[in-house]
Amino acid sequence: MTVPTHHPGDTLLIDYAGGALDEAVSLAVATHLALCPCCRLNVAEMEAVGGALLEEIEPEAVDPASLEAVLARLDEHPPLPRAAAPVRPPKPIPVPLIPEPLRRYVGDDLSRLPWTRLMRGMDCCDIPLSGPPGGRSKARLMRLGPGVGPPHHTHRGVELTLVLDGGFTDDLGQFGRGDLSVADGSIRHRPVADEEGCLCLAVTDGLLRFTGALGLILNPFVKF
Amino acid sequence: MTRTAAKTPTALRRPDPRFAEGLRTRPHVLPLVPRALFPLNAPMQDIGSPDTGSDQTLEDRLLAVGRERDRAAFAALFGHFAPRLKAYLRRQGCDAAGAEELVQEVMLLVWRRAETYDPAQASASTWVFTIARNKRIDVLRREQRPEIDPDDPALVPALVPDRPESADRRLETQESAGRLRAALKDLPPEQAELLRLAYFEDKPHSVISAERGIPLGTVKSRLRLAMERLRKALRDTA
Ligand SMILES: [Zn+2]
Repeated sequence: MTVPTHHPGDTLLIDYAGGALDEAVSLAVATHLALCPCCRLNVAEMEAVGGALLEEIEPEAVDPASLEAVLARLDEHPPLPRAAAPVRPPKPIPVPLIPEPLRRYVGDDLSRLPWTRLMRGMDCCDIPLSGPPGGRSKARLMRLGPGVGPPHHTHRGVELTLVLDGGFTDDLGQFGRGDLSVADGSIRHRPVADEEGCLCLAVTDGLLRFTGALGLILNPFVKF
Repeated sequence: MTRTAAKTPTALRRPDPRFAEGLRTRPHVLPLVPRALFPLNAPMQDIGSPDTGSDQTLEDRLLAVGRERDRAAFAALFGHFAPRLKAYLRRQGCDAAGAEELVQEVMLLVWRRAETYDPAQASASTWVFTIARNKRIDVLRREQRPEIDPDDPALVPALVPDRPESADRRLETQESAGRLRAALKDLPPEQAELLRLAYFEDKPHSVISAERGIPLGTVKSRLRLAMERLRKALRDTA
């Protein structure tokens, strides 16, 4: 099994570990984590930093009645059942193409999704998120045919592209399954899908979208 | 989403940060309540903190809650964590009453999930931190937090799957948490400051950079340098 070669990097992982990223960006990072044991270890260590920071924070006195209130409620709250140990089938089960947490958003069968054709060889599908409508970032699946590359553009704001199947190549190199491309306004991309085509999760950071002229949504493949 | 909106206490509701101009004028660091307001013999007894030399660690108490539903151990954990969680939530933008309420919710989750706590994986503080982080994303931001599923067959396993015995791992986790706290105290102030902002302000580093007027490259390199030092301490390669 190959592991990714393009990673989110420390600062994005710190944002994820601290809980500062919104749902769409977290979805891309967490799906990368499923495919990247190395970044998983990093995040576990960054969570330990969160624990240490909580430990040394200047405490703020709580209302003494608070403890009583909680103690009184303990019996209403039986322990959450420990997740049952997964029953391991005797034979290795087929590895789903889409890892969690993305799978619970889009399911297993991508052919059932409401794909929209953007241009020849390029389809996309918006992923509904849990947060209030109009959330900060958008997440979508993108599917590209072999050799397909969109018109050139530069980025405005940060976009993440996580390859799920196949791959693409741009100025920064080749991206295959699990690789995460983090682009910002300074990078000019000329991505082209590899021979086998490319399926990816694309996230646009809406935080910076508001500073753009028309709320442009950009990722390595699409320009609206 | 009505799912969480219905159970969100009024005090916790705050305007959607994307549209709330008011939030921008909020001081970045909420003023701490003067300590003088609270008598030194405050009723909350802080126990089990790493410095008090209590013979029962936070980890022991968390395990006692998980295994025996030990209420005394839970009360002790409350005494230790509630004031820290309150400070954490205040920095996330909660008002005092809202923070107080959310602290109770987090501590109830600690009670309910204690059985799943594994001291070989994380210190008690780290475990509580992740619960508080996820709860505040759920309640304050009304969003899900996507996380990996360790049992997912699509998960690419670690390259070094064999782990030492659990007892060793537990000790190792405790020791590395101790080294981490020490290393945190030794960080250059500008790195420590940014690290706190990154964990406590609910803002990605790009926004911290824009709001504080610190160039993005500087923010990134300070966070990276800080993380490098802390990682060395955690892995004992310093
Ligand atoms: Zn990685």
